[in-house]
Amino acid sequence: MPPGEEILVHARDLTKRFSGFTAVDRVNFDVRTGEAFGFLGPNGAGKTSTMKMIACSSPVTDGDLSVIGMDPRTQAAQIKARLGVVPQTDNLDAELTVLENLLMYARYFDIPMSVARPRAADLLAFMQLSERAKDQVEPLSGGMKRRLTIARALINEPELLILDEPTTGLDPQARHLLWERLYRLKQRGATLIITTHYMDEAEQLCDRLVVMDKAKIVAEGSPRELIERYSTREVLELRVPEAVRAGLMERLDGLAERIEELPDRYLLYAADGEQALEQVHAREIPTESALVRRATLEDVFLRLTGRSLVE
Amino acid sequence: MTAIARRAAAPPPASTGIVASLLRSRRLVQRNLLVYKRGWMVIFSGFFEPLFYLLGIGYGLGTLVGGVELADGRTVSYAAFVAPALLATASMNGAIAESIFNVFFKLNFSRTYDAILATPLGIREIAIGEMLWSLFRGTLYVFAFVLVMIGMGLVISPMLFFVIPVSILIGAAFSAAGLATTAYLRTVQDFDLPMGVVVMPMFLFSGTFFPISVYPQVIQLFMELTPLFHAVGLLRGLAVGIFGLHELWDLAYMVVFASIALWIALNRLEQRLIK
Repeated sequence: MPPGEEILVHARDLTKRFSGFTAVDRVNFDVRTGEAFGFLGPNGAGKTSTMKMIACSSPVTDGDLSVIGMDPRTQAAQIKARLGVVPQTDNLDAELTVLENLLMYARYFDIPMSVARPRAADLLAFMQLSERAKDQVEPLSGGMKRRLTIARALINEPELLILDEPTTGLDPQARHLLWERLYRLKQRGATLIITTHYMDEAEQLCDRLVVMDKAKIVAEGSPRELIERYSTREVLELRVPEAVRAGLMERLDGLAERIEELPDRYLLYAADGEQALEQVHAREIPTESALVRRATLEDVFLRLTGRSLVE
Repeated sequence: MTAIARRAAAPPPASTGIVASLLRSRRLVQRNLLVYKRGWMVIFSGFFEPLFYLLGIGYGLGTLVGGVELADGRTVSYAAFVAPALLATASMNGAIAESIFNVFFKLNFSRTYDAILATPLGIREIAIGEMLWSLFRGTLYVFAFVLVMIGMGLVISPMLFFVIPVSILIGAAFSAAGLATTAYLRTVQDFDLPMGVVVMPMFLFSGTFFPISVYPQVIQLFMELTPLFHAVGLLRGLAVGIFGLHELWDLAYMVVFASIALWIALNRLEQRLIK
């Protein structure tokens, strides 16, 4: 089924307040069937709170939310029966084996054993965990635990899979394997909701995404659209000798649409990075190094949410 | 593999009634059975504690004490006096071992419940499920201990058979109380308060090893407020064949205590788990 035929998650003025602060402030978004929808944002932006409301594990404070056409306030059990949830921190059952984790989880969904057994075997194979079926969970690597958590979330053949920072803390190999598996799920038509603060992850996986900052959605679109809207096509990264820094911003003036001065380098946002670099040379500005690269979602992200550290 | 997004017919809606909820609770029992399949020795060990108390205190100390006079004037051996109280304590300890220690671990360290809450199961099913499990475990101990009592000739009344359901009720009450307590505990150190200041003194002083009539009036009244006092009174009555107003009041107390504890447990767990 092509994306866009049906709205699976619909949020209007969705709000989450904890005592004293607002974690999610009147956000609007729609997730359509078959798409991979991303929530980007720095820590504390409200991504996880939004995710938890969709997963019916955190009550909606205010606003409208519908998940698979149902209301989380009154139909949580019915919604949860059709969701797969991969939480930020693994919460596998450490007292059970790998296979038992899947089988027991199937029991929570009232899936008969005759159905659960072949399904669990399929999922273990899909997640490359078949050899570890009889092992305890604890000695598994981070990547394996993550894959098992995702396999567990798929045991009820969910219509919507919610992944909260699926690859945080994994090594590159484990991340790439996970991305590949998630991509395959997507190709089979799965609807995914993903939160992440890895821009490469969002660019790899998401058809559409929203950027959240300070409890609000600050931008929405496909990765490509966002880059076009909030950045230039290319970025020139310049490193210059310390002595040249004084007054350099004036000397660079006019060479790019936007210039950002960082403690260690200058970023020139320009449609054509090479051309900008030529002009830098033409103005006889000494450089230590110069790199022209395509603009990424990370540039968009930093522009929208700022460079200051969020603690 | 069966694709996740295949738009299969929607599964039947999860029903929300009490019966459906109870049925779903059994999943927690199944989970715990699966876990203990590998560690059944742990369960086994729980049976020995009351047995050793019975041998050590009931018989050992009993030789010094001699007989004990009951409310209706009969005199029974000290072992027969102590055995039902140890049964009540065993029910309490079994329930508490599960609902305080094991539930605390799952609540705070392994986050098992967070995972379960992502399924159609809710707080109510989890709480009831854990209670059912601790009752199941407690009932095993009760059966074993009653067999021992029969074997040693310590049951001197046909009311014996009521001992088993009543022990289960006692287990349920302490299980609910344990759950309610656990929902308030934050760190492992927090165990010291309920275990040291509530459970241990109750075990020693609420009529378990000697009648509370040895205390001054004020302390007697205070001990009568504790649930173990009523549990002991009730089981002792049944074991020696006395069921009067006093025992009826004990029974009523346990039912009310269990209900209030369960209500607190459900509310508090909801606050802990749903944010």
